[in-house]
Amino acid sequence: MRLGASTRLKHDGIALAIVAAAYLLASALMHNSYYQLIMTLVPIWAVFGVSWNILSGYGGQLSFGHASFFGVGAYTVTLALVYWGLTPWLGIPLGMAIGAVMAVLIGWPTFRLRGHYFALAMLAYPLVFLYVMEYLGFQEMTLPMHAEHPVLYLQFKDQHFYTYIAVGLLVLGMIVCMLVENSRFGLALLAVRQNELAAEAAGIDSWRWKMRALVVSGTIAAACGGLYACVLLIVTPDSVFGLIVSAQPVVLTLFGGMAGLWGPVIGAAILVPLAEALNVELGNFLPGIQGVVYGAAIIVIMLSAPEGLFWTVRDRLFRHREPPPPPVLDALPLRHAVQPATATGPLLQVEGLSKTFGGLRAVSEVGFSIAAGEILGIIGPNGAGKTTLFNLLNGVLPADAGTATLAGESMLGRSVHRVCRLGVGRTFQVVRSFPRLPLIDNVVVGAYGAGLSDREAVQSAVAALARVGLHGQAGTQAGQLTNKELRLMELARALAGRPRLLLLDETLAGLGRDECNDVLDVLARLREEGMTIAIIEHTMHAMLRIADRFVVLDHGRVLASGLPRDVVEDRAVIEAYLGKKWLERQNA
Amino acid sequence: MDYSALIENVLNALAAGITIGCIYGLMCVGLGLIFGIMEIVNFAQGEFLMLGMFCSLYLVSVTGALAFLGPDLGPFVGALCAGPIVFAGGALVYQFIIGRVSGMRTASVTSDSRFGQLIVTLGISLILQNGGLLVFGSTPQTVRTPLASSAILISGFYGDATVFLNKARLIACGVAVVVAGALYVVMEYTTLGKAMRAAADNPTAATYMGIDVNRTYRLAFGIGSGITAIAGGLMATYLSFDPFIGFAYVVIMYSGVVLGGMGSIMGAFWGGLLVGIVQQCSTLIFPPQLQNALIFVVFLLIMLLRPQGLFGRSAERA
Repeated sequence: MRLGASTRLKHDGIALAIVAAAYLLASALMHNSYYQLIMTLVPIWAVFGVSWNILSGYGGQLSFGHASFFGVGAYTVTLALVYWGLTPWLGIPLGMAIGAVMAVLIGWPTFRLRGHYFALAMLAYPLVFLYVMEYLGFQEMTLPMHAEHPVLYLQFKDQHFYTYIAVGLLVLGMIVCMLVENSRFGLALLAVRQNELAAEAAGIDSWRWKMRALVVSGTIAAACGGLYACVLLIVTPDSVFGLIVSAQPVVLTLFGGMAGLWGPVIGAAILVPLAEALNVELGNFLPGIQGVVYGAAIIVIMLSAPEGLFWTVRDRLFRHREPPPPPVLDALPLRHAVQPATATGPLLQVEGLSKTFGGLRAVSEVGFSIAAGEILGIIGPNGAGKTTLFNLLNGVLPADAGTATLAGESMLGRSVHRVCRLGVGRTFQVVRSFPRLPLIDNVVVGAYGAGLSDREAVQSAVAALARVGLHGQAGTQAGQLTNKELRLMELARALAGRPRLLLLDETLAGLGRDECNDVLDVLARLREEGMTIAIIEHTMHAMLRIADRFVVLDHGRVLASGLPRDVVEDRAVIEAYLGKKWLERQNA
Repeated sequence: MDYSALIENVLNALAAGITIGCIYGLMCVGLGLIFGIMEIVNFAQGEFLMLGMFCSLYLVSVTGALAFLGPDLGPFVGALCAGPIVFAGGALVYQFIIGRVSGMRTASVTSDSRFGQLIVTLGISLILQNGGLLVFGSTPQTVRTPLASSAILISGFYGDATVFLNKARLIACGVAVVVAGALYVVMEYTTLGKAMRAAADNPTAATYMGIDVNRTYRLAFGIGSGITAIAGGLMATYLSFDPFIGFAYVVIMYSGVVLGGMGSIMGAFWGGLLVGIVQQCSTLIFPPQLQNALIFVVFLLIMLLRPQGLFGRSAERA
């Protein structure tokens, strides 16, 4: 479980119990069967929203095609009942199993796509199902009645029972969501959503977590579809695979608030009755007015509360509150990084590394080595290939040729998170933080990425924060940190994974002189603790203070390497940095 | 096996595919413009298509404003006139609604904030659909032209094979090609076109270069709506429609845009053309119910095998 999970689980659990009990009571007192039907549909759509929220809200993988799972659940229940006489009590779990398998089959190819591409590809799946179902002749399927065994076949005369079952499903769905949210699952998803590359570089296997999210989400969505079929007793391709069905969880969740437990529930509780009531009250004499009002309501809410109702209201109500106190961090042992056994030979050995982009040789035949416990400064003018070199080393880009080994193990040909697991921490030229997460969680991501257990991860993150001196701000949201603090946060995130080698890309960029010195002090301390670091930097004076050795890159090649003093006086280096004319004038 | 009948079928399917495809192409260009320049996933695009149809209907049949042009010319002029009308509507929608949840303000923010834009366009789509139902009623309509029921017959390539070219579709196809060509010229050679492409590539840099990005976005959104509306007006000459027709086409539009390569505006035309051809040719092999399923399967295959589209440059960078 994540830091602070027990408090959150307790609060949400109590709230859930109260809301569910109140809802059940209201349902028991409601005797109008039409309103009772609405009371059944609200939790069904809400749990559909919850399922969508796990993938698209927490994980940020926008899906316009959740009707695929909903429809498969509905059709499984219906067809199993029609052809095999299988009770929905088994049909719904069967649908969930099929939904899970389908999630894997859909996710496998589709997760290669990102952003809008993913969203639009997801749009197509339910439509394929829709037309195939029509073609197969399942245009309008009625669930056969089994009036003699209402409980066995989930066919109650009394609408109340459907509401009770729907609420039960909602409670189950929300418990799953709570467990996801409060475990490393949820943190990994939040990290992937906010910055996928940073999550990967911190050791998070984003593909796997996204796939798990889709499977959980698809399974829950299939259950909703199955129950929906039982409640309405009639299934058509349009009513379960249609675009409207795919749009439903998107609208409900965005309206209520994304990436929060209560968002989809709030959305469903407001919008579903609103739509139905408008339909009943106005639909007869002004056909279409309900759609206009519904659409207008959505627009007005999104213009005034673009984050969704839950977050906006929460921010308004609790803005003046003190920021949450940082989690209790003391009394945890400060552990030093696990040091590699000082094996013979260098820790990092790079030979003949090359990469071309079209005709541009960004990195060409680069070779160097770093001994354990050393700080290597990689310098060179803009466009020299420094960042590309790092991208090759930590797997962001595939290399064209060459080798790179970390203590004898090849780093090339691995995905980003695998390189991280090998023991390589990385920071970025432009800070890649998870702005909506508190500082401590930003760092914990790195510890999870290294595969540490929950307890160890928090300890490691706390220790890392202490090492960079951000101990006091552990509870602050990353979005509110200063540039220097963000740089240190990234450093801490890399450290939390207990790396053997740190790749720091312009960690000092954009810092003032004093801030720069603070960060340099941290780096010096890390060296004393025995950390091995490769650092890219422009500012020569900073590098002279910290680096043991220099490698100078120019036009993708190693121009010079050696001790700082020698390199600084190297004519070729001066020329590359300051130009030929400057050199000539100096000599004149 | 009777080859002559087969060849006749294939040629007719191709001819229908190309004529319908060109109109689809125009429809997709409108969406491609909006998606390519602003990265707005606009679900209301199908409703702009529907509005184009009804604009043309009102100009030609209901109010009779264009009756003096006669039943042959009127519907096509009506389709063209739908363009500026829906352009104005689209620009207003951008100014007062979409511009508030997208555009410059959110260009630099994380992808999170773009989600709001989605549901806003869904809301607009709902309003236009149902508003259309209120105003126009639910009876299927069509903009009648005698050309729709006459065809040019071309024969003599292979035995008795005869290709039927529906005159209404043929003219509509011609108009679509001319409008798409005109848009191409605007995008490539005018200051406005360059400003739009600059704003698409890098809104911040475009601002520094003195481009009013919000105005450019507004125009692009309006033009994108208007272009799709013209395509709608053209389709209205051979198709019966009601206020809910948009939903059926919005996915076809996205298929075309993705096929052509998101961000490649003219690529969307070729994408739409291809969708039309695939749709018509699939009737030769598959039962008509699976026609649309096949489009989406092709769409998925392209997405998965070549996400940058057939004509797109490259996918997004890591």
